[in-house]
Amino acid sequence: MDAMPKWADVVLVPVVSLLLAAIISAIVFVAVGQNPWDALKLMAYGAVGTSDFLGYTLFYATNFIFTGLAVAVAFHASLFNIGGEGQVLLGGLGAAIVCLYVPLPHWSLALIAGATAAAIFGALWVVIPAYLQARRGSHIVITTIMFNFMASGLLIFFLSGPMKPIGEMQVATAVFPAATHLPSLHDVAQMFGSEMFGRSPVNISIFLALIACVGVWALIWHTRLGYEIRSFGKSESAAKYAGISAVNITMVALLISGGLAGLMAVNNTMGINSPQLVDNAAGGAGFIGIAVALMGRNHPVGIVIAALLFGALYQGGAELSAATSIPVQIVVVIQALVIMFTGALDEMVRAPIEKLFLRSQRAGE
Amino acid sequence: MSDIAPAIELVGISKAFGPVQANKDISIRVMPGTIHGIIGENGAGKSTLMSILYGFYKADAGEVFISGQKTEIPDSQAAIAAGIGMVFQHFKLVKNFSVLENVVLGAEDGALLRPSLAKARKQLKSLATEYELNVDPDAIIEDIGVGMQQRVEILKALYRQADILILDEPTGVLTPAEADQLFRILGRLKEEGKTIILITHKLREIMDITDTVSVMRRGEMMATVKTSDTNPADLAERMVGRKVLLRVDKVPAQPKDVVLDVRDLNITDDKGVHRLKGVSFQVRAGEILGIAGVSGNGQSELLEVLGGYEKATGEILLNGDPIDLTGAYSDGQSRRARGIAHVPEDRQHEGLIMDFTAWENTAFGYHHDPKYQRNGLLMDNAAILKDAQEKMGRFDVRPPNPLLAAKNFSGGNQQKIVVAREIERDPDLLLVGQPTRGVDIGAIEFIHQQIVALRDQGKAILLVSVELEEIMGLSDRIAVMFDGQIMGERLPDQTNEKELGLLMAGMKDGEAA
Repeated sequence: MDAMPKWADVVLVPVVSLLLAAIISAIVFVAVGQNPWDALKLMAYGAVGTSDFLGYTLFYATNFIFTGLAVAVAFHASLFNIGGEGQVLLGGLGAAIVCLYVPLPHWSLALIAGATAAAIFGALWVVIPAYLQARRGSHIVITTIMFNFMASGLLIFFLSGPMKPIGEMQVATAVFPAATHLPSLHDVAQMFGSEMFGRSPVNISIFLALIACVGVWALIWHTRLGYEIRSFGKSESAAKYAGISAVNITMVALLISGGLAGLMAVNNTMGINSPQLVDNAAGGAGFIGIAVALMGRNHPVGIVIAALLFGALYQGGAELSAATSIPVQIVVVIQALVIMFTGALDEMVRAPIEKLFLRSQRAGE
Repeated sequence: MSDIAPAIELVGISKAFGPVQANKDISIRVMPGTIHGIIGENGAGKSTLMSILYGFYKADAGEVFISGQKTEIPDSQAAIAAGIGMVFQHFKLVKNFSVLENVVLGAEDGALLRPSLAKARKQLKSLATEYELNVDPDAIIEDIGVGMQQRVEILKALYRQADILILDEPTGVLTPAEADQLFRILGRLKEEGKTIILITHKLREIMDITDTVSVMRRGEMMATVKTSDTNPADLAERMVGRKVLLRVDKVPAQPKDVVLDVRDLNITDDKGVHRLKGVSFQVRAGEILGIAGVSGNGQSELLEVLGGYEKATGEILLNGDPIDLTGAYSDGQSRRARGIAHVPEDRQHEGLIMDFTAWENTAFGYHHDPKYQRNGLLMDNAAILKDAQEKMGRFDVRPPNPLLAAKNFSGGNQQKIVVAREIERDPDLLLVGQPTRGVDIGAIEFIHQQIVALRDQGKAILLVSVELEEIMGLSDRIAVMFDGQIMGERLPDQTNEKELGLLMAGMKDGEAA
């Protein structure tokens, strides 16, 4: 009857999932003629071995916090927003427009204006899928994934046409004015006389991400709106009885979700060393956000931890393929294994563990 | 001891789900050609026991003997092979198949359907004459009534050569007349030598048709007695473990002004079916109007309209002022603001969010209440928690732990959480749907007292229930619904179950009198 203890749900299940992913990864390494233990050490070094590497890990983690939160908010309303990729790209477009065409004297103003624009653009990109879901019952998974393709096409149109600087070859906007470039954590460290984080792009958006975590936590568990979102997500029929409008909640939850995904673009445009919007600004973070939210059990604290893990995996994997003859594709396979085990196969690990716990509980009676 | 082997003998059956011991060392013998009742409150372990017999669960310990032979029943196939047939509370029929196709489904002779159907048709005919089980073999399931559908379930079991028939709460969906018909059929089956196990929580049914009865309580078999040696009060006491008041104790009503005035309410659903057809009635302050009827005759829709989550045409006045039926204020929040509280029919899908804690459920529907807010932005979770704690204390919810998820409470305690939330809003009008469905006898008594107490405070109460006994015991006036219409109104002390049953079956007011 009773569920397994909370620590098993929150800690044990993800750890077992990771172990399984590690075991299969080890087999993959052996198959390509590499020593898995050496590879693991190299990956760990690549993720946190130097303060530069750590900076990259944190930079990626920042991305994943935003997209993880985006997925989680929608998930609390039982809606599966897999359009993070597209919403990030549109968020990037919003940030780029503000940074390039609005004269902003200082990075603090640029942060406010850029973040607002990114969130609004990200949210706007989900308006049509949200409306179709709320009013017409078109499934949000189908529509948001289609909107990913449209966002990608739209962005390429802007970056190879209207927003492309004359004479540039790259599919990207011009570099943003220096005043809109967000301080990196290296800059912050320097104020205290440290050279921490070196050339890594990790920047003050990480604080924005943490503020967003607190915001989402407060929204979901401490506001009426969050209460209504969770009610609707847990039981649509009960929400109807309570007078909670399905249409409103669907719209609002998805708009917030889209806005959070859009916010990620601040990190990936205004925060990078050469601040600009490039065509693959999302870089798969929208999808990794799904795994992050699942692994983090849709709770901001869990999401931060999962985002750090995925950030480390991303960065460590990149170092691994740079430092060895292991092809980059193998690194992608490893990342995919982790996503698969912690995300898609979560239930496969959870069910047997739950059974084991129940059996031992009964034996203890 | 007789020398005939019992049709079924269970010896020392135990079954646990996690920490819950659903069946504890249960032994029971049912002799062939008898009707054996199993009675007990919800969660007493009746259904678990029958599921073990039918091969859905594997017992942790114990043995099953069929006609004296020790039998292993690992799955339902084995149960059918052993001659056991089961009629579930919720029918397992394919709605858009014909009766014949449903009977054959899963028992086809080969890859080709035609020979099986032809054989089944012949068999059905002989079963029909043998047991007076007349059903048109070519009728489509969704076109026939529930009583007929139940017969199809019985035919399915007989077609599979069942000698032992288990019926799980078979009368829950039937009118009294249909129930009588069912009992006639069961009697006929008994005469032909079949063995019948009847699972129910209705004392009257046990008294009417069973030969022997077993009482279960909290997973244990309390007693097996001859029905002729017992009486309802005795059975109820054995079920609950203490003396129970079977009748609701209340003084005559003192009706005052009209609180709810429903005029010519109509609903047509998406498929163009008329769900409510010109329903009109009034409820006064200080009285309970009971709406009787077999489930699915428009009562649910009526509650949904009044509760603000179903649209309708017509007019509803509350304390003389009209209620918005289709516009911007036709939602549950607006209804609550007008002083309408609602204990919905389905607490698991409407009244509660099962994954929410008890304290979160305490605010459900009233989460806009200023006393639950800390400032303009945040909810005051501490205030809700405190309120939940107090409510759970006053309504004797067990365990009194507001941090527990709703799904971890028993049905009766879940219902108390809902009733506490709605009654304590001090509403002008309380809507109550199936207040005691799936609720144990002890809690039924308590919930009924609360409803009567609210009435005595001068509130108007609209009660919808499919349990005729509940309607008769609780209501000050009774209206009967059939097919979306009100067939007539009666006073409880000037009518009887038979008359109400005729109205429930669609007999016009004049004809039934």
